Amino acid sequence: MTTYIAQRLALFIPTLILASFLAFAIMRILPGDPAIAMLGGSEGSFTEEDLEAVREKLGTNRPLHLQYGSWIADLFTGDLNDSYFFRVPVADLMQDRFPVSTQLAVMALLISYAAAIPLGVLSAVKQDSWFDHAAKIFTIAGVALPTFWVGILVLFVLSNYFNWVPPLDYADFWENPAVNLQQMIFPAVALGYFNTAFAARLTRSTMLEVLHEDYIRTARSKGLKEAAVIGRHAVKNAFLPVVTIIGFQLGRLFGGAVVIEAIFVIPGVGTLLVESVLIRDYPVVQAVILMIALIVLALNLIVDLLYGWLNPRIRYA
Amino acid sequence: MFRDIPQASPTAPAHPDHRAALKRPLYTRAISGVAGFSRRKPLGAIGGGILLILVLISLLAPVISPQDPYQIRGDSILAAPNETLWLGGDSLGRDVLSRLFYGGRISLYVGLVSIAVGITAGAFLGALSAYFGGKIDLVVQRFVDAFIAFPGIILGLAIMAVLGSSVNNIIFALVLVLAPSAIRTVRSQALAIKEMDYVLAARALGARDLRIVLRHIIPNCMAIFIILFTLNLGYAIVVEATLTFLGVGVPPDVPSWGGMLAEGGIAYIKDAPWLAIAPGIALSLAVFGVNLLGDALRDVLDPRLRGT
Repeated sequence: MTTYIAQRLALFIPTLILASFLAFAIMRILPGDPAIAMLGGSEGSFTEEDLEAVREKLGTNRPLHLQYGSWIADLFTGDLNDSYFFRVPVADLMQDRFPVSTQLAVMALLISYAAAIPLGVLSAVKQDSWFDHAAKIFTIAGVALPTFWVGILVLFVLSNYFNWVPPLDYADFWENPAVNLQQMIFPAVALGYFNTAFAARLTRSTMLEVLHEDYIRTARSKGLKEAAVIGRHAVKNAFLPVVTIIGFQLGRLFGGAVVIEAIFVIPGVGTLLVESVLIRDYPVVQAVILMIALIVLALNLIVDLLYGWLNPRIRYA
Repeated sequence: MFRDIPQASPTAPAHPDHRAALKRPLYTRAISGVAGFSRRKPLGAIGGGILLILVLISLLAPVISPQDPYQIRGDSILAAPNETLWLGGDSLGRDVLSRLFYGGRISLYVGLVSIAVGITAGAFLGALSAYFGGKIDLVVQRFVDAFIAFPGIILGLAIMAVLGSSVNNIIFALVLVLAPSAIRTVRSQALAIKEMDYVLAARALGARDLRIVLRHIIPNCMAIFIILFTLNLGYAIVVEATLTFLGVGVPPDVPSWGGMLAEGGIAYIKDAPWLAIAPGIALSLAVFGVNLLGDALRDVLDPRLRGT
């Protein structure tokens, strides 16, 4: 197990460094000058001296490797630079926004698994029944409907039939949990629909495989009740592949959160990213995308380690 | 068309009917291939049908659109569906149906071009990475890991932040989003092919590396290439629509499904729900059709990939 952990970590660190390099490179190597964007974006509305002055202030006139080096050095001291637009440290913005998006993503994940596992298990146990067919339609739709379209549909149903409108003031979970949950539950359901469908499909197919295994037949032939066979033997084994996609799903949820937050007016990191992209607030964009990549990589590492622990065969592969 | 993909092992005796079939003209072979596919995978055929209809609508948009999609009508602002404007008017009184037809062009054009470039480049790099192995493989794969750490929409947003919104820029962003997973998938296939005897034989005959990759490894990854192509097309269409919806994709004056949803999706959801429902259904139908076709092609061409 120690070798396995060491191997995973050895892969994790270079990937992390490369991801930070990519977050930097996208912003600095692709054509597009933040200084021009800050001065209004169109040629002719400023002089060459103005441009140089802004570049000097931003430090974008220095060689790229120096810029990258100082950005990384700052990262280690927890300094993510100041936002061009909000004029406050990026770290402060992230501190406000990240917990909101994390709550949304975690709620969506919990809701989707709470729905997907019973759905997948029952579909497999009652294969080809009306329940299985209904579940199939539900999951096929879930995979095909784009997340933002599901969000709009949820908003449409809520506002037209239940007179619900997204609240203008966001209530913090720690200050007012009841109002906060009311605000977050529908966006979380909309965000989690794709995952519900995906996880339910996976659970169904792994359950079907497991149900044909010899040890299930043995469990049945020794007289165990069907509920015990399914609950104690089948579900546990079918769960393994489902665990491995949790990391991937949470990453995807952070991507989907961007658009769900925009629809339901939630002040999370997604709305921050979209706002910063539209006004070209480079330090914010750079910090946010690096943070998300970091979360995805860390989750993948945790899932890898967890999988190695759950499934001893993989450690020696 | 599906018969052209090498599947059978080289030692299997050629079926006499198969040889005869090869002599028949291409179009009859294509028709019987499609008919066979439809019998085996009716859902896949339905998906293919939906895609074909969407392609036809997009190509014929200038002919079949009842109105000019850009024409602003003061008397039709947020008009409900009526005899002239079958799906109603948008916030500027433009015809929703015509914009829907033209919007399909953008979705399919951006989706197909970015997939064609992204998956082809990814497949080529994946094959090279597998063939050369060693340090090259290690470096390429770490880059792929780093790219995959950014969720597609996030990476797309960041790239569009720098490049600014335009159709070509969104294609470029999608290529960068799509290529890494293609590199990963083709690489794993190419690793197996690399060990095949015919690759060894080619090398023994003195074939150069590039020739082996281009003539032996890549053609044998064709099945996986077709699968990646269709399965990712739906994803590309959704990412484009999402980025446009968020305001960084296709410029707002160009009719596109994501743009139509952004314009009418939230602001008028209570007063004029058709503004959001029409492009939403079109988008979902396109993704649904492509997914059905992709799933069926995957089952037919490479059943081992089921569940991916």
